[in-house]
Amino acid sequence: MLPIFKKEFTGFLNSLIAYMVIAVFLTGIGLLMWVFPETSVLEYGFADMDTLFSMGPYVLIFLVPAITMKSFAEEKKLGTLELLFTKPLSDWDIVIGKFLAAFLLVVITLLPTLVYYLSIVKLGNPVGNVDTPGVVGSYIGLVMLGGVFCSIGIFASSITSNQIVAFILAAFFCFIFYSGLESLSSLPIFGSQGLLIKQLGILYHYESTSKGLMDSRDLTYFLSVTGLMLVFTKIKVSQHY
Amino acid sequence: MSLEINHLTKVYGKQIALNAISFSVQDGEIVGFLGPNGAGKSTTMKISTGFLPSTSGDVKVGDFLVSERPLQVKRIVGYLAEHNPLYLDMYVHEHLRFVGGLYGLSGSRLKHRVGEMIELCGLTHEQNKKIETLSKGYRQRVGLAQALIHDPKVLILDEPTSGLDPNQIVEIRKLIKEISVNKTVVFSTHIMQEVQAICDRVIVINKGEIVADDKLVNLLQIENKSTGIEVEFETSIEMEELRSLPFVKEVVLLGRNKFRLIGEGGIDIRPEIFKFSSERKISLLGLKKEEVSLESVFRELTHAPSPDA
Repeated sequence: MLPIFKKEFTGFLNSLIAYMVIAVFLTGIGLLMWVFPETSVLEYGFADMDTLFSMGPYVLIFLVPAITMKSFAEEKKLGTLELLFTKPLSDWDIVIGKFLAAFLLVVITLLPTLVYYLSIVKLGNPVGNVDTPGVVGSYIGLVMLGGVFCSIGIFASSITSNQIVAFILAAFFCFIFYSGLESLSSLPIFGSQGLLIKQLGILYHYESTSKGLMDSRDLTYFLSVTGLMLVFTKIKVSQHY
Repeated sequence: MSLEINHLTKVYGKQIALNAISFSVQDGEIVGFLGPNGAGKSTTMKISTGFLPSTSGDVKVGDFLVSERPLQVKRIVGYLAEHNPLYLDMYVHEHLRFVGGLYGLSGSRLKHRVGEMIELCGLTHEQNKKIETLSKGYRQRVGLAQALIHDPKVLILDEPTSGLDPNQIVEIRKLIKEISVNKTVVFSTHIMQEVQAICDRVIVINKGEIVADDKLVNLLQIENKSTGIEVEFETSIEMEELRSLPFVKEVVLLGRNKFRLIGEGGIDIRPEIFKFSSERKISLLGLKKEEVSLESVFRELTHAPSPDA
């Protein structure tokens, strides 16, 4: 598993993908947090990081598929899957190695935003007047959400040999999972089933962790969706012929 | 380590790619696997390396069945796939280190093996280049180097020389010969000369069936029986007349007054033809025995496979 992880991660670093993703994410979120008047913390006047945690997932909906789109699609197109599958590796080694590399890149992208937290702590009146448990919970939620998006992206990449198709599918599924199900649940036809559909979506659980409430049900949800997507990927990949 | 293929069958949809083929390659043997495109060579190799599952039948490498212990088999097999898939954006030494890592090599052992392979495959000057910048011949060397990095006991090479220029072909053949010491090697090709240059046993496959499994020398003798002669007369002569000669089995018109004759029972009929022309007072312009060409053996075996061949 480790050689695949290393190869994938150095692949990101050598192909500029990593720098692009980090730069675009931080620029976008930085503008939203500190510059654009509608969403800026400075205009808003409250010492919280809601902008990052509410807009961040939407930026990730586009960036994570860009990270993961080539993982299997490119290998299929170039035929290098044959190289990997004739080496002493299990299917899981390959799937998990690729997933972890993408996930690590997402986590690294999120890390610099910790600076925002420090800034807001200093800007608070009195200094330090920030809902720290809420921020920690939100970060955990965001990282978990990154994991779900990565697994969706890897799965989308495993079902096609066209990277553009992989990107579009992944972005679409991420969107549906994140807020699509939530919006659907409010349709009157679902009636009392609405809550169930809402709970299938990411937003319901993400909002719950954002309150600083660490509920094992939310964590179980994130881990199961990620795991399930990886299982689908593994099944798809093992039928590589 | 030996390689045994037992009643291997592969069906794609309705198409039968391999029809219960069986053969075995002994420890240390080098075997050429020959056949036209689409005969099932690559399919056999892909199943032997664990990339494809078989429909029925199995492959045994050493003591392990591919279907039961794929990881063990993959550890002892080195494989160069037909289109030589490589990560083009990697450097040569980086690629070799990556593949070595997949076989569990690390540290100084890995470094040592990578250095050895670079030297063996003649990549010393190319090791710091990206694979995408290399010519096809050098990419093929990288492909061989990665197949050899873990010192495999069994080496499976799928058309190692296809698409190379004549100089590169000679170099790669030489390389294969060098590295095949103490290894069991199966390589596929559709060029007969290649078999002659590298090894002496050949397995010919056509439309998913084995049509010959023998030493090359023996195959050439099979063909000998239908070797013809080419004859050219100065003036015109009826084909029927030639056909009526007792020692002639078959006549084919090749050109103006030029014929290809096959003698009865595979005997050399040149003396008879000479006698015939002098009796008829027709000048002979040419009389030549056909060379036993490897191509004709190949065509013979793969175009009209007879069941007992």
